[in-house]
Amino acid sequence: MEEENKVTLHGTWFSPYAKRVELALKLKGIPFEYVEEDLKNKSPLLLKYNPVYKKVPVLVHNGKPIAESFCIIEYIDETWKNSPQLLPEDPYKRAKVRFWSSFIHQQLYEAMLTVMKAAGEAQGKAIKELLEKLQVLEEGMKDFFPNGTPSISNRNMGILEIMICSLLGPYKLQEEVIGIKIIGPEKTPLIFSWLTAINELPLVKELAPPQDKTVALLKFVRENALKSSSA
Amino acid sequence: MAEEVKLFKTWSTPFGLRVVWALKLKGIQYDAIDEDLSNKSALLLQYNPVYKKVPVLVHNGKPISESLVILEYIDETWKQNPILPQDPLEKARERFWAKFNDEKLLPSIWGVFTKEGKEREEAIADSLENLQFVEEELTGKKFFGGEKIGLADLVFGWLAYLICVFEEVTGLKIIDERFPLLLAWIQEFSELPIIKDNFPPHDKLIIRYQAFYEKYHPAK
Repeated sequence: MEEENKVTLHGTWFSPYAKRVELALKLKGIPFEYVEEDLKNKSPLLLKYNPVYKKVPVLVHNGKPIAESFCIIEYIDETWKNSPQLLPEDPYKRAKVRFWSSFIHQQLYEAMLTVMKAAGEAQGKAIKELLEKLQVLEEGMKDFFPNGTPSISNRNMGILEIMICSLLGPYKLQEEVIGIKIIGPEKTPLIFSWLTAINELPLVKELAPPQDKTVALLKFVRENALKSSSA
Repeated sequence: MAEEVKLFKTWSTPFGLRVVWALKLKGIQYDAIDEDLSNKSALLLQYNPVYKKVPVLVHNGKPISESLVILEYIDETWKQNPILPQDPLEKARERFWAKFNDEKLLPSIWGVFTKEGKEREEAIADSLENLQFVEEELTGKKFFGGEKIGLADLVFGWLAYLICVFEEVTGLKIIDERFPLLLAWIQEFSELPIIKDNFPPHDKLIIRYQAFYEKYHPAK
């Protein structure tokens, strides 16, 4: 039956949350239909499938919707048990992965957004906070990679790689827009080598939107925020 | 090896209480360490250097922080009386509502408590919208977990004992007759012995939140 095991992902090209789910699906080799949403004109299906948040991403599997990117990824890992396993088997390791995923999602993402949308003294303060948080992550990753970051392949990409990739994969473009370096081999050696390895994967390259499109969007977000804060 | 479980919390934190409930539900023996957050213990800072917050669960010397992470760890480590269902879709639903409470509902109601004027009006509108979603989720169910309590019930559990405190201190009605299913759930949930036996003392909460309220709404 055609409907059996039908998977649809509602997303937008620029949503890092949708990107996470896309990565997870592709890593597991799960065939899916992708629906690009226009957030200014959300489809009736999106509103039906995610009435609480009305946001992307939403995964629909056999007609049943799941929202919230982290919930979706755990669902994918529990439903399609083939490799790669996105979360480790051991409960304590799972707890550590969930902890750091949450850190990247809540702390880093918010800090990055604040830097993106601020200027002058406010931006200076926001950058300091972002750099501090990146140091916290760098420290935390020493626990995961005591011998330096391993080589990354489609077989050992997990949820942490997905989370860091969706947020900081385009770090060079983000640095271009905010005008300051945030990741580098001197200050954040583990994160730097980790991201470099992840960004080299053909799958990650394939899913990255065109660079000029991303830069244009980041600039737009920044200019918009600066305009409204000075209005 | 003898199992050693410690829980760092405070007497009042709802995030710590959800962990207490999970441990009690599963009959897990543990040592409770009540912290004074104005004078954090060296152990707490060692076990949660990133956030320096409670709750922290320490199992055989291994620390876990962040209440939702702790709850999942507990459920995966001690399999009796599960708080998450087996089915991935149902699990996703419980996790979705747990996040909704922490990211949307709780902040909006806290906004009603702390804000003034137009900002309070907006917080009230947000809270009502959020409560409506929660109300709808209870359709046809005794608990969020169905016939038995689960993760979402433990996470929404603060509503059962703290809303009345907020209402008493602010003089505002937050969960009114527009939410019959939620009111019924509060009743059912509060009647469970392991739940109500661990509610923080009401009068102590009133004093605490009265003090907060005065801080946020200084007399002019």
